[in-house]
Amino acid sequence: MTDPVFGPAPEQAADPELVQLLTPEGERVHHPAFDLDFSADQLRGFYRDMVLVRRLDIEATALQRHGELGLWAQLLGQEAAQIGAGRALRPQDFVFPTYREHGVAWCRGVDPVQLLGLFRGVDQGSWDPNEHNFALYTIVIGAQTLHATGYAMGVQRDGAVGTGDPDRDTAVVAHFGDGASSQGDVNEAFVFAASYNAPVVFFCQNNQWAISEPFERQSRIPLYRRAHGFGFPGVRVDGNDVLATYAVMQAALQRAREGQGPTFVEAYTYRMGAHTTTDDPTRYRLSNDVERWKLKDPIARVEAYLRRNGLADDAFVAEVAQEADVLGERMRRECHALPDPAPRDIFSRVHVEQTPELAAQQAAYDAWVASFEEVG
Amino acid sequence: MTQSAPSTAPSAAQEFRLPDVGEGLTEADIVAWRVKVGDTVAVNDVVVEIETAKSVVELPSPYAGEVLALLVAEGETVEVGTPIIRIGEPGAAPAAAEPAAPVTEPATEPAAEPVTQAAEAPAPSASSGPEVIDTNVPPTGQATLVGYGPKQRALKRRARKGATTDPTAAPAEALSPAATDPALEEPATPARPPRALAKPLVRRLARDLGVDLTTLTPTGPRGTVSKEDVLAAAGGTASGQAARVAPPAVAADPAGRETREPVKGVRKQMAAAMVASAYSAPHVTEWVTVDATATVDLVARLQERPELRDVKVSPLLVIARACLLALRRTPLVNSTWDEAAQEVVVKHYVNLGIAAATPRGLVVPNIKDAHELSLVDLAGALDELVTTARAGRSQPADLAGGTFTITNVGVFGVDGGTPIINPGESAILCLGAIRKQPWVVDDEVVPRHVMTLSLSFDHRHIDGATGSRFLADVAGLVSDPATALLF
Repeated sequence: MTDPVFGPAPEQAADPELVQLLTPEGERVHHPAFDLDFSADQLRGFYRDMVLVRRLDIEATALQRHGELGLWAQLLGQEAAQIGAGRALRPQDFVFPTYREHGVAWCRGVDPVQLLGLFRGVDQGSWDPNEHNFALYTIVIGAQTLHATGYAMGVQRDGAVGTGDPDRDTAVVAHFGDGASSQGDVNEAFVFAASYNAPVVFFCQNNQWAISEPFERQSRIPLYRRAHGFGFPGVRVDGNDVLATYAVMQAALQRAREGQGPTFVEAYTYRMGAHTTTDDPTRYRLSNDVERWKLKDPIARVEAYLRRNGLADDAFVAEVAQEADVLGERMRRECHALPDPAPRDIFSRVHVEQTPELAAQQAAYDAWVASFEEVG
Repeated sequence: MTQSAPSTAPSAAQEFRLPDVGEGLTEADIVAWRVKVGDTVAVNDVVVEIETAKSVVELPSPYAGEVLALLVAEGETVEVGTPIIRIGEPGAAPAAAEPAAPVTEPATEPAAEPVTQAAEAPAPSASSGPEVIDTNVPPTGQATLVGYGPKQRALKRRARKGATTDPTAAPAEALSPAATDPALEEPATPARPPRALAKPLVRRLARDLGVDLTTLTPTGPRGTVSKEDVLAAAGGTASGQAARVAPPAVAADPAGRETREPVKGVRKQMAAAMVASAYSAPHVTEWVTVDATATVDLVARLQERPELRDVKVSPLLVIARACLLALRRTPLVNSTWDEAAQEVVVKHYVNLGIAAATPRGLVVPNIKDAHELSLVDLAGALDELVTTARAGRSQPADLAGGTFTITNVGVFGVDGGTPIINPGESAILCLGAIRKQPWVVDDEVVPRHVMTLSLSFDHRHIDGATGSRFLADVAGLVSDPATALLF
């Protein structure tokens, strides 16, 4: 029943449309707005990326269980969303991640071992954001959406939007999750991005769980519809479909680069693992939900498509698996070899330019260290 | 990290120390070993299941090789950092690079040495200290920074130049080691800090009462002065002193007339659940004593049925089925009081909880969607649930989401009780022992199998009429199971 004054209740609005190009069974389907042609190399590349990133994630989780990492945030199940979003970027685009964007980091050329350093507690994030156009991981929930919006407004002021030069026009991506969508920061970022028509894509991986809080308690309406209220378009894509995520992100990024303003992309996916290695999801969710989502696995559908169309064979799959083993072994080895930070480094790594106070503290510390006798 | 190439070189035996799997946990219970001595494991094969205060976790092996020894038994609680399994080539000795450092360290510098003392007094310089003064670096072979926590580190320091014993002569006093060295935040060593540690409220109290905090012996957590310390000092030193002196006397009591057991694990959960339930839901308990002879006869007949040959058939099974039928007529009994929403949530499914005494204490696993099960399926589910619970292997998911519970105290020979409702539910039925007792049938006293059923329910939303009707329905089914056809 539609209320004559207030319109339909949100729950009664039509079911959300999910952009999909590859079904869970690996069947290629077409979409009127977001269809693309993919080359065989591109498809094999997606498969390889996802297998390697899954291995990265599994290896890091195991390293935490070995006692080598303090914590790890798993991405299991979200490989397609991250690879699709990561591979749609152009080199000049800039990404603001959460602490779970290992797949996007992979696409931006950040060495997985550098990700481990942060979770091992030996550094605060050691990659150069300007080298990879990939900011450091943000632990504060949703804060990076403001950073992204501010950066995008800076891009605008640099005149790097809407010039028509494909190597200059720049888009910015803000990553966040369904839980962060409830944060004030995220909503403020929406307001500013809309007001200033900033070249930013809000990429929300809706993995259904904000730690233990189910999505139903985050929103009464599908998340992508929130964008309409802020005055920019929103679209929901099958986040377990790497092709659809790639296609939708490419379109959204292009809108931003051309100066058409922000877009909200909701990648509908599922967190197959725990929130982090500290969390035990069996305490709050039913295993049959997980079983249901297993059938929608992002990697299996690409493999099915590749095999069915003769684009990959056993040898290719084995080769990628072998590559994953090598990656896993390297991560273990190099994780063990990560150097512990020296206490005196803390004084020189707070600011780009050391302040007089910190310099004085460092000198005092050095004097204290020097006050001990040498040991033969 | 000094552990050498754990994935490739199984030449010497390696010991896997219990890691901190959850940001600051200090211990875990060994739930079950997945491997036994002699098994061959690869890197990342699951070797053991542990339970921490936060979760049940499977630990993958960091090493490849043969399992040479399981160093901790199932059921034991071990501290983070304790070696739990030895892996390597058959017959290999523990790797030289992996000594049990905290244990075998020379006793000259006990780990518990007060912090400032270690820093400011000359320490024996003969011990083979690390190259740098970085006191974060523990003795050789021990992992640092992650995983094993700071707990068992032996502090090793080189002597100060000039070996002064005057603490005030230390250069850069503002940079006391405690300020630069996270490992020194060890709170267990009250090392006469220059300023007494106390919460603002306690400071204020001390100022108001004219008590000098630095003169008190702190008894609060982490060496802080507590409110009681201040009050004791202000209220007369005699009693205060006595109070402070008394505990060691008790602790030194050699007769062992008291035992203190830590409240943790299942016991802690039970306590929290019971308090939460008992002090939020107003409980009413009703009971009825019934002639259960027909049920006992039915159980005997069911035991003969071929489809029930492989499962245990007991009065509990029949009564559980009776509850499921009775709940159809009084669905309110199978509900939740949602305080936050100010709503009563009536469940149209029954996750039937069975309170079970297990080696780990009381747990209440439940049979999911029990209302959909036939008697045969229910018997199987009940059997499996009890077996799993007794083995201490109930998973958190088995324990969550119950809607109604049965507790069978009859197995202890007890007639009844006033059970406490499992939190999140609205009623619990307690089954008493079934005994032969005199019973009046057709105006004659005859021996019959008699039992008492006690039902506690949440009186916020279940009134006496509803609760009584449910209990009477169950009792009716127990005394005449054939009336199940009426439901």
